[in-house]
Formats: sequence, C-alpha cells, structure tokens
Amino acid sequence: MSAVLQPGASVPLRVEHSEGVWHAAWRRFKSDRVGLFCAIVVVAFLLLIVVAALGGVAKNWQREVGVANAPPTFLGPRPAEAIGVIEVPKGPNVDLSAVDPLAPRYKEWDERAAKFKTEETVKAETLPMGADRLGRDVLSKAIKGTQISVFVGVMAALVATGIGTLLGAFAGFFGGKVGDFLEWLYNVFEAIPGILLIFAFAAVFGRGIGTVVLILGLTGWTGLYRQVRAEFIKHRNREYVRSAEAIGASVWSRIFSHILPNVSHVILVRMSLLVVGFIKAEVILSYLGLGVGIDDVSWGTMLAEAQSELILGYWWQLVAATVFMAAFVTAFSLMADALRDALDPKLRGLE
Amino acid sequence: MLLSIQDLRVAFRMGKVDGVATRADAVKGVSFDIAENRTVALVGESGSGKSVTAMSILNLLPDNAERSGRVLWQGKDLLRTPMAELQKLRGREIACVFQDPMTSLNPVFTVGDQLIEPLVKHMRLGGKAALERAEALLVEVGMPEPKRRLAAYPHELSGGQQQRVMIAMALACEPKLLIADEPTTALDVTIQRQILELIAEIQRKHRMSVLFISHDLGVVGEIADEVLVMRHGLIREQGPVAEIFAAPKDAYTQALLACRPSLQGNPARLMVIDDHIAGKDTHAPAVAKNPNAPVVLEVRSLAKSFWLKQGLFGKREFKAVQGVNFNLRKGHTLGVVGESGSGKTTMGLTLLRLHEPTHGEVIFDGKDLLKLNASERQLMRRRIQIVFQNPYASLNPRFTIGQTLVEPMSIHKIGASADEREQRARTLLGKVGLDGSAFGKYPHEFSGGQRQRIAIARALTLDPEVLVLDEAVSALDVSVQAQVLNLLRDLQDELGLAYVFISHDLAVVRFISDEVLVMKDGVVVEQAPVAQILEAPREEYTRRLLAAIPRGYVPAV
Repeated sequence: MSAVLQPGASVPLRVEHSEGVWHAAWRRFKSDRVGLFCAIVVVAFLLLIVVAALGGVAKNWQREVGVANAPPTFLGPRPAEAIGVIEVPKGPNVDLSAVDPLAPRYKEWDERAAKFKTEETVKAETLPMGADRLGRDVLSKAIKGTQISVFVGVMAALVATGIGTLLGAFAGFFGGKVGDFLEWLYNVFEAIPGILLIFAFAAVFGRGIGTVVLILGLTGWTGLYRQVRAEFIKHRNREYVRSAEAIGASVWSRIFSHILPNVSHVILVRMSLLVVGFIKAEVILSYLGLGVGIDDVSWGTMLAEAQSELILGYWWQLVAATVFMAAFVTAFSLMADALRDALDPKLRGLE
Repeated sequence: MLLSIQDLRVAFRMGKVDGVATRADAVKGVSFDIAENRTVALVGESGSGKSVTAMSILNLLPDNAERSGRVLWQGKDLLRTPMAELQKLRGREIACVFQDPMTSLNPVFTVGDQLIEPLVKHMRLGGKAALERAEALLVEVGMPEPKRRLAAYPHELSGGQQQRVMIAMALACEPKLLIADEPTTALDVTIQRQILELIAEIQRKHRMSVLFISHDLGVVGEIADEVLVMRHGLIREQGPVAEIFAAPKDAYTQALLACRPSLQGNPARLMVIDDHIAGKDTHAPAVAKNPNAPVVLEVRSLAKSFWLKQGLFGKREFKAVQGVNFNLRKGHTLGVVGESGSGKTTMGLTLLRLHEPTHGEVIFDGKDLLKLNASERQLMRRRIQIVFQNPYASLNPRFTIGQTLVEPMSIHKIGASADEREQRARTLLGKVGLDGSAFGKYPHEFSGGQRQRIAIARALTLDPEVLVLDEAVSALDVSVQAQVLNLLRDLQDELGLAYVFISHDLAVVRFISDEVLVMKDGVVVEQAPVAQILEAPREEYTRRLLAAIPRGYVPAV
C-alpha cells in the first residue's frame, strides 16, 4: 500500500488552521463584559502581587510609621487627649547629692550620653488607611497580605487540583481494584470533618506559608476528585477513546492526551472555585492562629488583630482587609463564572 | 382540508457577526395540504428543512426562529394563534412522535405516569378511568403484558417498546393529525417494520392523518399516500406515492430512489446524488474477486461472556458471543447481520481485543492474536483496524483532523519525520475524498458523512489488512450512506483490504459482502455466501430479517 500512497506532486502545503477550542473560548469570553472587567481586576491584583513580591511596594510594612492606631487620613488626626496636669512642686529641688550614692557618676554618664545622637522620628498622625496598634501602615499590610493570601490560595488550589485530577483520572479510567482503593481513600478524607482534618495536619506540620498550602491542598482535593472521576467514567467508553485504543495509543496517552483535554474545562472551573475557597480557608486558619507565621501578614492575621481593635473603635484594619478580600474574591468568582460559560463547549458530538 | 400550509418560510437568527445580524434560511417557501385520513410523507436528507417544516406547525421551534406564511389548521392560522390556544391543540388535536424514544421519555417516571398525564390534562379523566384508558392504549399499540408495563420505567423497555409507548402517548387524546418525525430511524430494521405496520394500522383504524418524516424513500413508499420530496428548504417534487415511485420527474427524486442498495442485484457502485444530477455515469465495471486469495483472518470458536451480578454474592454468566467460526480472505468482505443485542458488535470488538475474549482463537497471519504479549499485540494493532458507528463520537473533539491522522503514525513510527507523516495524512484525506483544507480543522466543522470518511482515513494510516466496520454506515442518511459504501468498495479494490462489515441492514450487507454471518442472541444461526442467504435462506430468523427491509412502493397486484 505504501506504493499507492506516494505523496502526490500537487498536494498543497498550505495549512488552514481552524479556530481552536481555546481561541473560540477567548472570543466568547471577550464578549462577556462583566467577566472581562473582573478579569482585568484580577490581573491588576496579580500585578500588585508581583510588584509587592519584588519589593516595589509595601516593602517596609513592618516599620512603625505612624502613631499607634493612627486614623485614616480622611478622618483627620485624633484630637489630643486631655492629659491631667500634675501640679509642679514649688521651690527649689532638694539637694540630695550629699546622700546620693550615684552622684559622682552623673557627670561621666552625661559625657557618654553626649557621644550618641538621639533622633526623634516624627510619627505620622494619620496614614492613608490608618495604622494598627503598633503604628504600622494598614495599607502596606493589606498589600503584603494580598501577596501572601493569594499565593496561598493559588498554590493550594494547584496542589489540590493536581492530586484530585490524578487520582480522579486513575479511579475513573481504571475502575476495578484501583478505583475501589481510591474510593476508600476518598471516603476516609470525606468522613472526617474538614476543619478537624485541617487542625490535625496543622498540629503535625507546624506554622508557615508552605504548611498552609500543603494542608489546604491535602484536604481540599476530594470534590474535584469526584468530578474528574465521573467525567473519566463517562469518557473512557466513548468511541473516540476506543478508537485511540484501536490504533495502539498507550494507557497514558489515552488518559492524558485524549481524555484530559476534553474534561479540562471542568477542572479549570473547579480549580478557580477552589482558589476562592482556599483564600477564605486561609483567613479562617490564620484567624485561629494556625495559619501563616507571626512575622508574616495575611488577610487572616489582619482580621484576627482587628477583633481586639474593634472594641476600641479602631475599625480601619478590618475594613481594609475586608475590602481587599471582597474585591479579589468577587472578581475571581465572576471571572470563573464567565470562564465556565466561555469554555462550555457546545460543539456537536461532545455531549 | 385538515391542514394547509401556504408559502411557509422559516429563518433562524444566528446572532451578529461584525455587527450585522445574520439569518439562516431553513425553509424557503413551502406549500402543501394534508387532507383528512391521509398519510403524507416528507422526504429529504439531513438539513433539507423537513423537520423544521413539521415543527413549525405547532411552533415547537427554538426562540430564534422566525416564521412567515400561513399554516391553516381547519381554517385557523396557527402562526397567529396565541401560545395558550396553541397549547390546547398540542397533544389533543395534533400529536408528535420523535426520532429517539430513549430521550423522548422521562427516565424517572413510569410508563403509566407518563401515559396518564395527557389524559388527565386534556381529557379531564379521573385517576382510575385514566389508568384504564392507559392500559387500553398499550393494548392498542401491541405492547405485550400491558398491565405490568404500566409500572415499568423507560429503561426497562427495549427501543421498539419505548417507541410504542411514545405512539400510545400520542394517541391518548385521539388526535386528528399525528406528526411522526423519523420515528424509525433509531431502530433496527425488524423493529422498524413493526412500528411502520403499527402506524399504518392506527391510521386506518382512527381515520386520522399522518405527517411522516423520513430520509429514506424506501420506508416512505410503504406507508404514505402522498410524498413530498424536499431539498435545501424547497419542495422538489410532490405527488401520489405511486407516481413518485413509478415515474419520478425530478432528478433529485430519481437519485434518492437509486442510491439505496436493494436486495435485487446492485450495480458495482451505488448512485450518488450529485453524480446523478450532473448526469454522470457511475457504472464502473466490478472488479472480480479472487476466490483463492490468501486467508488473512481465521476465527475458531470465538466466545465472549460477561459476568452479571446476581443476588449478594452470586454471578451469572451472560454469553454475549459463542462459537463463531469464519475465514476471511484478502480483498473479501464478511457481513455480520443481526438485531441489536445479537452480539455482533461484541464479536467485532473481541477481534481487536478491545474486549478480552473468553475462549477461542483468532489466527492472523499464522499467529493467534489472543495469545500475543504486549509488544506483539502493538504490532498486530497496525494490521487490524476498526471504524465505529457514530461518527459524532468517534473523533476526539479537541484534536484537529491533522492531529487525529498523524497520531497513529507517530505511535507506530510510520514515516521518518513529521513532514512525511503530514504528507501521508494529506494523501489519505485526498483518498477518502476530502481536500487539504480539512487538515487544520476540528471535527465539529464536518458533517456526519465527512466525519465517517475521516474515521476511515485514520484507520487506513496504519496500512491495515483487515478493517472491522461496526455499523459504519447505519447512522448516515441513505444518500451519504451510498457515498461511504462506494468509498469502501473503491478502497477494497485498490488496497486489497478485507472487511468485517457489521450491520443490521441486510440490503447494505448484500451490496458489500461476499459471505454473511447471521447472528441471534450471540449464536451464529446461518452462515453462507451472500447470494445463497438472499435466495434460499434456511432459517426463519434470516427470512424475518429479509422481510423487514423496506421495499419502497409496491403496487397492489
């Protein structure tokens, strides 16, 4: 047959590529105004995070630049508190030098003190979004907190998606004993209340950003696993997978290059929902004191601090953290929604 | 006149492209009448606008459809009737039966529940009276054990029984007009025959009118009084059935009649519509088969069982295929015929070891395929390939046609470089009648017939010697089916391929096969050369399959 299949001389070499699935999705996504606006917001946040990570902004978030609990600029400085004036005793000071055992050294100490320069830093009375109880700039804290919270959310979602996709693909594709074992594993994870499981992991691993990522990733994969497994069960008996088997495609090729692209929209949307969920989970963890380290700041630690400040009427740290989180999470959720609509392939023959 | 359609036009709004609203015209001015107590058939290929015409009568079209013209139902224009009044007509005076009974019935309600609903809603019957009426309806559509079936769920019924339930539902309120939209296309020929007879009988008994939609003139000829042939949204020819079959005037009608393989002798190539209309002669001489060609595939007592769970621990053996023997010679075709569930597809998949066989030998080139290790098996995969029934499901929707075709070659390291593989893929596309622009496109951009060609091209990339065609043309319109059958014939003559051709349609098998296996319940009941099967069938079952094939219009003697 190879003789018959000699390439003809007139075969055109011009390749006419059609619009790919991702191109089509991008075209649909562009026409969704809300989704596009949210995507811009998310990208702006990501840029902010990159700049913050490189030290461009909020590098000195730990410096105490304002007076303690300095109010936001638009409120103006706090009125000076009425300090009760202590009555100054009248008459000259009593000369104690005769009995003061330290008296001979006062001169020496004065000389030594004169060698040092004391500089009084002027602490700001107000800051753009106020200061916390140590006088740290809340805006810088919020930006630095964004970096850490979003990093934790995204990384944990990647870990969970990786675990869930891999296990789901194996459980769905192989079924049988492998599937039973993975279902058993899934049931174990599902049977323990989520927060308890997180505590257990946190107790074992200790504190830190890496730990939070690991904890959330290890506990959050179950929902995605079920969905990917269901998709793989649906697809593994489709004729295109059987055709791939018939041409000799290996098991790995069938799982990862044939079926996975066809279920990728499910995974992507699920992952973006996980990001949102994990950001919120990090906040709760940090609030409970199981989250990021004490020398780091995240939206969660800010909220935890805000609790005690609120009683004293210092509400700005709470508002700053909430506004940042609400803006990012809302934009991300709406973007994920638009993404799902854009990726939902209404191509014939897929469903 | 019961229904009179005058200059009906239907267009679909397709959204805005570059700010300009676009429309797709589906029906471009159709007029016809349906008198009382008549069966009118609407025939055409996919995309001819026949279903859209029928669905616009009751406005069962999607929201983006725009209708104009007049649809007069007993003198009242349905296009200008408010929705509330239209809903009173639906089901009560005009009822519909759709193509796929599996998706037309609601899987979570019992048959009884679904039958009672229209009775209570439209006929205002009480619960008990409705139940009795529902049972009577099931008796009328010839359902065995009707009382028990009322409590059955749709998945417990076979496809033919589901379609009977659909017809019973349509009959519930004794409509004056029954619209049957391809009611038999998803069914086996034998079941198709039963459903056709049922519709004809009910039509006579209730003296109602039927609008029967089909892509197959052969089916229509048996049931219709009048035939309308549609193409591209226009009526090409209309007239009494005898006239259409005896003296078709339009070239398109003639081509439709010619393209269906028949049981009485076929030309070497089937008529293809475009060729016929262009006046081309397609009578190429048949290439004689060499009866002493070498045997490429030898199958000995092949069996496949599935184990079904029974009770808590028990297992029951279900013999899907048992005791299949045959020899397949190079360049020859083995036809495998049987109804759904006869085990013919399982047999095909077992040949490729897509199912692990329970027992038997498949000797290919002197080696038993079933005893090969993994690497030998990979080599064997090259030489025996399969084409599946559903062209919409058998291509990976995320692969371009190019990727689909190049993948098997890179797996088996055919061709030295990517360029060489691409060249080969393009040559193969040309061979199955597609041009080079197909290379970069995705499957959803092609029609069913084109996709089936691509699936065939993919199977050919590996230079196979045996091709298993599993109902490869059953999902296609008759006209497209003819093109694909011709293609298969040409490829066989050119490349010396051997086919295992699995189908439920004996007429198609007659066209392409040399030897035929008739399967029933996993057992081969008859095995003989094709001419012998057709002229002197030994088994009652084979005779039944033969009798079920639509014969078109046969004038009463």
